[in-house]
Amino acid sequence: MDVKFINPFLNATLEVLKTMAFMEAQPGKPYLKTNHSAPGDVTAIIGITGPINGSLSLTFSSTCIIKIVDNMLGENFQEINDDIKDAVGELTNMISGAARRRLEEIGFCFKTAIPTVVSGPGHQIKHMSKGPTIAIPFDTLAGAFTVEVNFNR
Amino acid sequence: MSGSLYVNKKVLVVDDFSTMRKIVRNVLKQIGFEDIVEAENGASALAVIRNEKIDLVVTDWNMPQMDGLELLENIRANDKTKDLPVLMVTAEGMKENVITAVKAGVDNYVVKPFTAETLSEKLEQIFKKRGI
Repeated sequence: MDVKFINPFLNATLEVLKTMAFMEAQPGKPYLKTNHSAPGDVTAIIGITGPINGSLSLTFSSTCIIKIVDNMLGENFQEINDDIKDAVGELTNMISGAARRRLEEIGFCFKTAIPTVVSGPGHQIKHMSKGPTIAIPFDTLAGAFTVEVNFNR
Repeated sequence: MSGSLYVNKKVLVVDDFSTMRKIVRNVLKQIGFEDIVEAENGASALAVIRNEKIDLVVTDWNMPQMDGLELLENIRANDKTKDLPVLMVTAEGMKENVITAVKAGVDNYVVKPFTAETLSEKLEQIFKKRGI
């Protein structure tokens, strides 16, 4: 997968977290993911179609997503509930949109569907294509999360 | 912006994500709106608009059942609601999307992610233009 399709998602993630949750995130080294295990407690996934097809997923540790949503809504959540799951979906929606604007700037137009959210111990992520999945780990003061980008080539 | 001007105005916030409805609601309250109702999609929003006097619609684009663009087109096509101010708040920020929404008659457009200041400014532009 060409790095030009990865960086827009990385930068969009940083922008969305900073703007909507007032949080800085530190990206780690991207790696090729070879299994379906979710590296966290709650995941949202959204299909992407365009010149290449695939999907974007975000998986958060519970401590990380609770802090993010606390910041977004000015509330004080204690556990992953329906409000938290809804926020994971909306974060994924915003990150996909911000990434697609960056991809448009370099000449690639993509569309996305509506995200779905999965949670619970040992849950799996089923990306839309059988192509490679690149995982980008992020760290925050509240914990870790991972962005996965999957395309069919 | 003076909050007292908006106390008697009713705003309809339309988004399939409760998170975004809360965020928009929080900003509207900061500005001074008190009467805020919500809908999860365009179809539900149209039902609210038919039954209640709404002064401003803040809507997402991508939603199940009826999306924000179709909602906007329905609002503009009806003589009773054609002048209703509509602000679109959406992750669909590509040029083509903005042009489509403007052609359909949107009053203003906010691309997610956004700050409270940006949303306030876009609303203020609508109020000035519409004389609210």
